[in-house]
Amino acid sequence: MHPILTLVVQRLALGILLLIAASALIFGLTEILPGDAAQAILGQAATEENLANLRAEMGLDRPALTRYFEWLGGILTGDMGNALTNKLPIADQIGKRMSYTLFLSFWAALISVPLAILLGLIAVRYQNRWPDKLISGVTLASISLPEFMIAYILVFFFAVKLFWAPSFANISPGMPLLEQLHAISLPVAVLTLVVLAHMMRMTRAAILNVMQSAYIETAELKGLTTFTVIYRHAFPNAIAPIVTVVMLNLAYLVVGVVVVEVVFAYPGMGQYLVDAVVKRDVPVVLACGVIFAAVYIVLNIIADLVSILANPRLRHPK
Amino acid sequence: MLKNLPLSAAIGLSFTAIYFLAAIFAPVIAPYGMADVVGDVWEPSSAEHLLGTDQIGRDLLTRMIYGGRTTIWIATLATILSFTTGSVLGFLAAVTGGWFDQVMSRFVDLMMAIPSLILALVILSSIEATVITLIILMGLLDATRVYRLARAVAVDISVMDYVEAAKLRGEKLGWIIFREILPNALSPLVAEMGLRFIFMVLFISTLSFLGIGVQPPLADWGGIVKENKEGINFGIGAALYPAIAIATLAISVNLVADWILNRTTSLKGGRG
Amino acid sequence: MSKELEHLSAKVAAGQMTRRDFMGRAAALGVSVVVAESMLSSAAQAATPTKGGHMKVGLQGGESTNSLDPALAASTVPFQNLRAFGECLVNVAPTGDLDFRAAESVEADSEGKVWTFKIRKGVEFHNGKTMTSEDVLKTMQRHSNEDATSGALGIMQGIESMKADGDYFQVTLGTGNADLPYLLADYHLVIQPDGGMDNPGAGIGTGAFKVEVDEPGVRHVFTRFENYYGEMPHIDSVENIVLNDNTARTAALQSGQVHMIDRVDPKIAALLSRAPNIDVRSVAGPGHYVFIMHVDTAPFDNLDLRLALKYAINREEMVEKILRGYGSVGNDFPINAAYPLFDASIPQRQYDPAKAAEHYKKSGHDGSPIILRVADGAFPGAVDAAALFQQSAQAAGIPLEIKREPNDGYWSEVWNKQPFCASYWGGRPVQDQMYTTAYLSTADWNDTRWKVPAFDDMLLAARSELDPVKRKEIYSNMANMLRDEGGLILPMFNDFVEGVSTSVKGWIDDPNFGMMNGFAPHKCWLEA
Repeated sequence: MHPILTLVVQRLALGILLLIAASALIFGLTEILPGDAAQAILGQAATEENLANLRAEMGLDRPALTRYFEWLGGILTGDMGNALTNKLPIADQIGKRMSYTLFLSFWAALISVPLAILLGLIAVRYQNRWPDKLISGVTLASISLPEFMIAYILVFFFAVKLFWAPSFANISPGMPLLEQLHAISLPVAVLTLVVLAHMMRMTRAAILNVMQSAYIETAELKGLTTFTVIYRHAFPNAIAPIVTVVMLNLAYLVVGVVVVEVVFAYPGMGQYLVDAVVKRDVPVVLACGVIFAAVYIVLNIIADLVSILANPRLRHPK
Repeated sequence: MLKNLPLSAAIGLSFTAIYFLAAIFAPVIAPYGMADVVGDVWEPSSAEHLLGTDQIGRDLLTRMIYGGRTTIWIATLATILSFTTGSVLGFLAAVTGGWFDQVMSRFVDLMMAIPSLILALVILSSIEATVITLIILMGLLDATRVYRLARAVAVDISVMDYVEAAKLRGEKLGWIIFREILPNALSPLVAEMGLRFIFMVLFISTLSFLGIGVQPPLADWGGIVKENKEGINFGIGAALYPAIAIATLAISVNLVADWILNRTTSLKGGRG
Repeated sequence: MSKELEHLSAKVAAGQMTRRDFMGRAAALGVSVVVAESMLSSAAQAATPTKGGHMKVGLQGGESTNSLDPALAASTVPFQNLRAFGECLVNVAPTGDLDFRAAESVEADSEGKVWTFKIRKGVEFHNGKTMTSEDVLKTMQRHSNEDATSGALGIMQGIESMKADGDYFQVTLGTGNADLPYLLADYHLVIQPDGGMDNPGAGIGTGAFKVEVDEPGVRHVFTRFENYYGEMPHIDSVENIVLNDNTARTAALQSGQVHMIDRVDPKIAALLSRAPNIDVRSVAGPGHYVFIMHVDTAPFDNLDLRLALKYAINREEMVEKILRGYGSVGNDFPINAAYPLFDASIPQRQYDPAKAAEHYKKSGHDGSPIILRVADGAFPGAVDAAALFQQSAQAAGIPLEIKREPNDGYWSEVWNKQPFCASYWGGRPVQDQMYTTAYLSTADWNDTRWKVPAFDDMLLAARSELDPVKRKEIYSNMANMLRDEGGLILPMFNDFVEGVSTSVKGWIDDPNFGMMNGFAPHKCWLEA
C-alpha cells in the first residue's frame, strides 16, 4: 500500500477512537455540570415530587455509566435516540439543523477562503505599500470587533436603516434558492468578515516567509513577474500553514457560529447545542458534540495530508 | 533601534503604549470611581462626562479606563501563557516525532474537537471564576490552537537540511528547538501572536456574554459593549466606544507585530 | 383640538383608553356630549376589524428543547403556543373577572370546598373529536396524579378528589378556597383529548388556532381553526418566531419583519416609541423583581440586618434606571394595586441610609462582605440593579459584594438554594395564590424560608373568609408582617412592555401577562 494511503487509514482509525474518547469526555463533562434535564425543564416550577417523576420518566434515575453505554450502543447501531426534553428523534432534528448550518458555512467559505487568499497574495505583491496596509487595517478592524457587534452594526445599517436585507434569517425548506440567499446575506457577510482576517494574514505571513528563500531569488533572476513568482513558486511552498489556518476557520464556520445564529435567529446546530447544554439534554449534547468533533477531526486530517503532499521532503520521507 | 521606525509602527507603538499606560495608572487618571453612579442613563458626552454615561449612569470614560485594565491584563497574560506552552510543545512534538508527537497531537485534537463553549461552561461552573482562573483557562484552551500551528510550521522546518545537519552534529534538543527551529518559525508565529491577542480579548467578552466572565462591577471592554448593546439600534454611542477601543488596540498591537515581523526577517539575513 | 379628540377617539376604538376617560377629556376640551358621542361611534366604525392576514410575533424565551406538551411549558414561547392551540376551563379576563372557556359556568358550595364546572357543549378538538367532561377530568389527572411531571403540580396539591359526571366536572378540596377557578386558569391546564395521556405533545387542543408548523426554538405557525366554537380570530394565521436576543428582536420590529415583539428593554422603550410606525404598550402587572434573603440562614436570620438591607436600597432609583419608569416601586411585600383587596394605605418604605446604618450597627454584623448572587437572567437588568444596590448600600456603610453566576443553571443551583440572590416573580391572579406559592411554611418555592405559623394561620383564614372587608384586613396584616419582618426585598414591580406595529389594531391592555395575556393573536387584527 502507498505510504500516504496507509497514513490515511491510520488517521481515520485513530479518528474513530478519538470520537469515542470525545463522547466519553463530553458525557463526563455534562455529568459535572450542576443540575439535570428534569430540573432545567421545570425551572421555577420544580417541586420534589414532579422532579422525581420527570427523572424517572426520562430514565435519569439510573446510574451514569448505564446511560452512557446505552447511548454508545445506540449510536454504534446508527440510532441517536430521542431528545430527553421534547422527545423528538434527534437524528431528524440534527439532519435539518446540520443542513442549515452547512448551507450557511458553505456560502461563507465560498466567499471568504478565495477572498482571503487573494487578498493575502495582493498584500504580498504590494508589501508595505498602501494596498497591503489598507487590507491589513480593514481585516484587522473586522476581526477585532466582537462578532455580535459586527452583526448589530450590519443589521442597523442594512436592515433597520436601508431595508436591503432582513434583520433575521427566516429560512424554511421550501424557499427558492435566491430567497434563501437573500435571507442569509447578513449572516454570511458577518461570518466572512470574522474569518477573513485570520486566513489572509496567515497567507501573507507564510508567503513572505518563503519569499526569503534562495529559490525565489533564482525565480526572480529568471525574470518572472512578481505575481508569477508568488503564485507559482512561493504559494505552493507556503501552503502548509495556510491550509492549517483555513481548516481551523472552516471548522469554526461549522462549529463556532453560535453567536451569529443567536443574533440572526438562524436554526443551525450551534443554537441546538447550546439549548441542549442549558437544558441538560445529554443525548442531544452528545450527538452534537460527536458531530462537531468529527468535523474537526476530518478537517484536521485533510490539513495534515495537504501539508504532507505539498512538501516533497515529507512526501518522500527518507 | 528606533531610528528606522516606520510611521505605521510608530502609530502602533504609541497607541499600544497609551493603552498599557492607561491600564497601569487607571486609578490615577480615571475621573470618577469605577462603580460610582454619577449621572442619568446614557447621557451624551459633556464636559463632566467626556464619553457620556453608561446604561445605569456611570461615567463611561472611567468604565473604559478600568475596563481596559481588565482586558489588557487578562489578554496579555493569557496570550503569553498560550504561546509559551503551545509553541514549545508544538516544536518538541515536531522535532522528536514518534509517540510523543502522536500522544500530544491526538490529545490536542481531542481538546479542540470538543466545542470550547461546553469546555468553558463546565470548567467555569465547577471552579470559581477569578481573574487568575480565567487567564489559566483561556491560556490553556488557546494553547491547543498555537500547538497545531507551531507543529505544522516546525515539521516543515525540521526536515530542512540544516536541521538534519544539527541533529547529525549531535546537538541537544533545546539547541535544535531554540536555535534552529524557533528563528525560522518566528514570522508565522509572531503574525499569529498578534491575532491570538485579539482572540483573547474577544474570548473574555464572549465569556462575559455568557455571564461567566469577570465579576461586576468590574467589566472588560467586551462586557461594556454587551451592557450597552441595546442602544446600538438607536445609534447610542456607549456600545461603540469600547468596540472602537478593542479595534484600535488590536490594530496597534498587530502593527507592532508586523514591524517585529519585518525586523526578524531582516535579522535572518533575508532581503527584507 | 379636534385633531386631539380624533386621536383620542381612535384610541378608545383600539381599546387603549376607556370610554369614560374619553368623555372626561372631551368635556375638558369644551366639546358637548353629543358631539363626543358621535365622534366615538365614527371612530368605532373606522376601527371595524379587517379580516385575514398572517401575523408575525417575535418572542424571547423559546428553545430547541421546547415541546407542545402543556405540562412542560415554562417559558414564553411555549406559553404563547399553548394559548394559540389550547384552552383552559376558564381564563382570567383583563378586568380580573373570570372568562369562561371550556367551562360554561361554575358553582361552589357554601364553604368553597366543592366546585362544580358545567362543561361547554359542542366544543371540538382539532382532531375532530368532541370534548367531554371525561377529557377535562383526564387532563386534570395528568397534571396532578402521583407520577405527574407537570409544572402545575404545585397548584393542584390542595385537590382531594375530582370526578366527571355527564356535563359536569367536579373538584373537591381539602379546605375551602374561594379562588379555586383562578387556580384552574393556570396556562398549563389546557384541555387535551383523553387528557393527553397517550400523546401529550401532539398539539391537539380546542383553541382558536391549530398547529401548522412546529419547529422548536425557531418558529411555530398556527392557522385559524374553522370549527372553533367561540368568537373567531380576525387573522388567518399567526407565526411565533423565536428571537431570544433583545437587540435582534427590536431590529426585527424596526425593519418591519414582525408585527409585535414582547419584552422590550425598558432602556430603549422611549427610543423605540419615537419610530413613526411603532407603538410601545406598557401595562402594569403583578410581576416583580426581588432580592431574596433566607430568614433562617446567617447573617440574614438577624432582623436588624434584614431591615438594614431593606432601608439601603433606593427603590426610586431602580424604577428610574432599571425600568426607565416602566414600573412602580415595591414595598417589600409581593402585592400591588394589580391585585384585588390590595391595601394602598400601607406606608411606602423609603431609601434611608442613616436608618440602614443604624440597623446595620444594631445587627452586630462583623463587617465581612455580604454576598449577593445574581445573573443576567435573574431578571432583565439584574446585574445593573445589583450594582446600584451595592452603591446605595455602600453609602450606608454596608459592604455588599456582587457575585455573578452563569445564567445557565441559575434556577437550579442558585435560586432557592443560596441565602441571598436576585430573582423575579411573574405574579398570580389573586393574593391567596401568590402567598400560597411562596410564603406558606410548606410551600415548595418558599424562597425566603419564611416559615411563620401565625402567618400561615392568617393565610388560611383569609382563604375561606367570604367577607371581602374582613379578607382585605387579614391580607393587610399579612402584608405588614412580611414587609417588616420577611426576607423579601422588593424594589420594583415591572410593567409588561411590548412593541407593536401601528398596523396592529384591537389591542387591549391586559395586566395578567404579556401579549394581552397571550391572546393578542385572538383579538387583534392587521390593517393593510
